[in-house]
Amino acid sequence: MAKRIDVSGLNAYYGSFLAIEDISMTVEPRSVTAFIGPSGCGKSTFLRTLNRMHEVTPGGRVDGKVMLDDENLYGAGIDPVAVRREIGMVFQRPNPFPTMSVYDNVAAGLRLNGKYKKSQLDDVVEKSLRGANLWNEVKDRLNKPGSGLSGGQQQRLCIARAIAVEPKVLLMDEPCSALDPISTLAIEDLIGELKERFTIVIVTHNMQQAARVSDRTAFFNLAAVGQPGKLIELDDTERIFSNPSVQATEDYISGRFG
Amino acid sequence: MDTTTQQTTAPPAPGPAAPADKGTGRGATRPGDRIFLGLSRGSGIFVLVLMAAIASFLTYRASLAISKDEANFFTSFEWNPTGLPPEFGIAVLAFGTIVSSVIAMAIAVPISVGIALFITHYAPRRLGGLIAYVIDLLAAVPSIVYGLWGALVLVPHMDGLYGWLDDYLGWTGLFAWDGGPARSLLTVGILLALMILPIITNVSREVFRQVPRMHEEAALALGATRWEVIRMSVLPFGRSGVISASMLGLGRALGETMAVAMVLSPSFDITASLLDPGGGTFAQNIASKFNEATVMGQDALIASGMVLFVITLLVNGGARLIIARRKEYSGANA
Repeated sequence: MAKRIDVSGLNAYYGSFLAIEDISMTVEPRSVTAFIGPSGCGKSTFLRTLNRMHEVTPGGRVDGKVMLDDENLYGAGIDPVAVRREIGMVFQRPNPFPTMSVYDNVAAGLRLNGKYKKSQLDDVVEKSLRGANLWNEVKDRLNKPGSGLSGGQQQRLCIARAIAVEPKVLLMDEPCSALDPISTLAIEDLIGELKERFTIVIVTHNMQQAARVSDRTAFFNLAAVGQPGKLIELDDTERIFSNPSVQATEDYISGRFG
Repeated sequence: MDTTTQQTTAPPAPGPAAPADKGTGRGATRPGDRIFLGLSRGSGIFVLVLMAAIASFLTYRASLAISKDEANFFTSFEWNPTGLPPEFGIAVLAFGTIVSSVIAMAIAVPISVGIALFITHYAPRRLGGLIAYVIDLLAAVPSIVYGLWGALVLVPHMDGLYGWLDDYLGWTGLFAWDGGPARSLLTVGILLALMILPIITNVSREVFRQVPRMHEEAALALGATRWEVIRMSVLPFGRSGVISASMLGLGRALGETMAVAMVLSPSFDITASLLDPGGGTFAQNIASKFNEATVMGQDALIASGMVLFVITLLVNGGARLIIARRKEYSGANA
């Protein structure tokens, strides 16, 4: 049920400050698209416009169009809450609900969406935890608090929580930046499996990671501090890392700045 | 430089009793450290001594009175410590104190949590700030002023509420009203609710404000509405803080003296209806009787004061238990 995202002419503001300017791009279904770029270039802000999370920050405002297949997420009469139920998100720091058990964390999204029988919930929780490669580690402690797991396990718990509601798209905002290399590897493997079922967009500061996990890579940049961030180019990951068409991309990737 | 090098490179002194002292250990050698250690240790000991002094004073004077009491101290409805034989008991006072405080909590806690949530999560920033400021002002009103307002404004204006309660809930007996003046435990409870509202609101507000943004975003990103964010992230995180806030409020309600004394029409019996005048509380009883009490009368009042002291300790202990039992689920480790 993965869907295509088609962004056109998108601007995002914090108050009167234009954070990202005139972004247009397409994210293909069942693929991984990575966003790279220097700090402050607006890649996280852009990611958050894709599930209407940008506007929950005070002063956050967006204009432009984000089409999910043929539905404009910023169209009139679209409920942002409904959008977020369709587009899951994983954050930089693992953020399981600290007062909930492992089980309740995974079931949280389903419980928001309506009434389910215990047996249905059990099935979804197991399936999601298996999907997040976490089931074997937590199956004996489903009723223990989610915040008692290790950082990497917590992040996979958050992924399980996000995929439990079968979203059309999964957004990941630097999901490995707070994790050790082994946990990072586990998450990267998982991303490779999840792209069979979901459209995945991942923001990362780690260029090797972008090269390892993504099919397409978008490079964002800003002219100077205080200037809005822009999309410089979007292309197949191989091409971006071997033979990018814009000089700035090559400079960034080869470490000449940023 | 020379001396420190000398000290640290000197051969270790014989025996484990002489660890190398680098000025960072517990054995402070610099004058500043020594003075500060003395001050903080002294403060810590002072509070223990103070507590012991209060407890032993209360126990001693109370035991003098209780040993002469011919009635059952816990169940008697009498208060006649100077009679022959002396007969007094705290049943009425315990009932009145607990009932009025429970009424106050039942009213104040939900409203306070509501106000705190509104300030932190619903109101525009300026409006929230204004409301928080007004609540702070309420907290600064002296209790005697609440008492005056209660006696002169609240009591004469309770008829409407009392009539309504009598009409719809009078059949329970608990809310039957015979048309008498509203100087009852219910009015006291309502006044106490107003008095403890600011402290509960302020503490809850601080707790709700500290809910990590990432917990709220976790709920938002799952497609939670604002109310669901509050239910999934804010309230669980703030739970123990709200309990602590309520206990602070309860402590004030249990011990409130002047406002109760000015509103309640006291008597040494327990009325079937919360709307009838009568009853009393520990603090109110002590305040109204202490001035004219004989030594024996004072001792009896002190005995009742000790019971209040113990009730407060139990309430606090209970709250700590509730908080500790849910500790592993608290947001503290995230």
